[in-house]
Amino acid sequence: MSQTKSQKRKMSLEKKHNLTGWAFLTPATLMIAVMSFWPMVQAFILSFQTGTANKLKFDGFSNYTRMFKDSVFMQSLGNTFLYLIIQVPIMLILALILASMLNNKNLRCKGLFRTAIFLPCATSLVSYAIIFRSLFGVDGFINSVLIKLGILHTGYNFLGHATSAKIIIIIALVWRWTGYNMVFYLSGLQNIEYSVYEAAKIDGASPMQTFFKITVPLLKPTILLTAVMSTNGTLQLFDESLNLTRGGPSNATITMSHYIYNQSFKYVPKFGYASAMSFLIFILVAILAFIQMKVGDKRD
Amino acid sequence: MTKTKRANALMYVVLIIVSVISVFPLYWMVISATNKSVDVSRGTMLPGTAFLDNFKSLFQLQPVQSAMINSFKYAIILTVCALVICSLAGYGFEIYHDKGKDMVMSILLLAMMVPFVATMIPLFRMFSSAKLLDSTIAVIFPTISTPFLIMMFRQSARSFPHDIIEAARIDGLNEIQIFFRMFIPTMRSTYAAAMTITFMNAWNNYLWPKVIIQSDANITMPMLVANLTEGYVTDYGVLMLAVLLCSLPTVIIFFLLQKSFAEGITGAVK
Repeated sequence: MSQTKSQKRKMSLEKKHNLTGWAFLTPATLMIAVMSFWPMVQAFILSFQTGTANKLKFDGFSNYTRMFKDSVFMQSLGNTFLYLIIQVPIMLILALILASMLNNKNLRCKGLFRTAIFLPCATSLVSYAIIFRSLFGVDGFINSVLIKLGILHTGYNFLGHATSAKIIIIIALVWRWTGYNMVFYLSGLQNIEYSVYEAAKIDGASPMQTFFKITVPLLKPTILLTAVMSTNGTLQLFDESLNLTRGGPSNATITMSHYIYNQSFKYVPKFGYASAMSFLIFILVAILAFIQMKVGDKRD
Repeated sequence: MTKTKRANALMYVVLIIVSVISVFPLYWMVISATNKSVDVSRGTMLPGTAFLDNFKSLFQLQPVQSAMINSFKYAIILTVCALVICSLAGYGFEIYHDKGKDMVMSILLLAMMVPFVATMIPLFRMFSSAKLLDSTIAVIFPTISTPFLIMMFRQSARSFPHDIIEAARIDGLNEIQIFFRMFIPTMRSTYAAAMTITFMNAWNNYLWPKVIIQSDANITMPMLVANLTEGYVTDYGVLMLAVLLCSLPTVIIFFLLQKSFAEGITGAVK
């Protein structure tokens, strides 16, 4: 008799805890639903509408077909992918190399190096974009050094030429984000027993072998995480395009998010068209994340 | 032996070069803030004497004071709300987990893939029809609850000993008291890491405030810095001083919380 009673009490206690759990997670869940999922649904509906801000009407797939005939949008798509394909691998490989160097137990001044390399991440996106804009300006620091060294006679307009402007965006992105990814790798490395490395050393493995046979495979989940995060971030690049190059010269460096911003808030607001373009970004993010997860799984 | 020595030397060389490249633009920013614009263009690398002049011109040109106060206000309110709400959720998902909650969590993780530009327009329309444009609520609300923070707290709650919870229950603490009196103090380093990340993101956020803030009185520091570059002639000294002021708070927070930041991330990556 008493046993069933205590069982009953236990059940109700479990039920109570279950409900407490729901109560704990409800505010956060509701906020994500209202601030992320619901707007996403609305963006999807908007993407089938045309017209200016307050006079929207349904117009089938016209926004989607228009997008692929819009040369500026295609340019921004190309630019974004160029940044993705060149910058993300360079940054992640560099971060991985630096992290495995800093993980060396015999390294001196470890904290100093780590802090120095992470420091760029503490500056805001607008700040670093403007620092790089000023460094590479016609009368900026880089030009003045190049002139002093006799390499150039007059200042070169780095941001006024398509190729150099793109390269500068890539350099700036690598500068800003390498340390950030490095911290994730360093944390991942701390979860690997150091004795594994010592054993490898005794077995005569070269640093290269240790890197490819131990570090990379054991860090795989972290590498996957940073790859997904960086891909996501690169597809949404905005601040750099706006503040470093202004998207120029003549849209040569504009990113998708920057173009979408211009279409929705800079000129006559074309919310429907802008939503269709932003939905394409969502689809691209989803596809790329899916591919990365699949590839990441396979190597197990 | 010489081979490892050479490899070691190479490692130091690489690390020193990378460190110098990492720090140099920031060093240049500080130096430029103390120099006249002409001297900055000439490529000076030494501290100058124009700091006070730059300071005066900057404060005359732009509402620096109010932008600073605004940025602090938005970032602090956002960080406090985000830490409370997301840690409650992360704790709830982990400590009371069951099939239903796990499923909700995996749905929430999908929100990580939602690009901000996609939700920006509907959010703008939502806040505009609620007559909340230009308000603090509109600035902070969309980024309070993030799957990233929830996941971080859920991961760290995994290492929170269940014995503590059981003992506290026997001592008569209710669930919410356990969370506030037991979990929060134990997970200090996770909170520090989460705080660093959230504060930095909030302080540095540019796109959404630019969209939602309408009046000059409510602008943030990043917006102010960007405004300074709008003209044709750039005074590098003044500009770099503004950039410096805009970067200082996040750099200070980073230095103060650096150690627990690293620990917190380690807990989250596990």
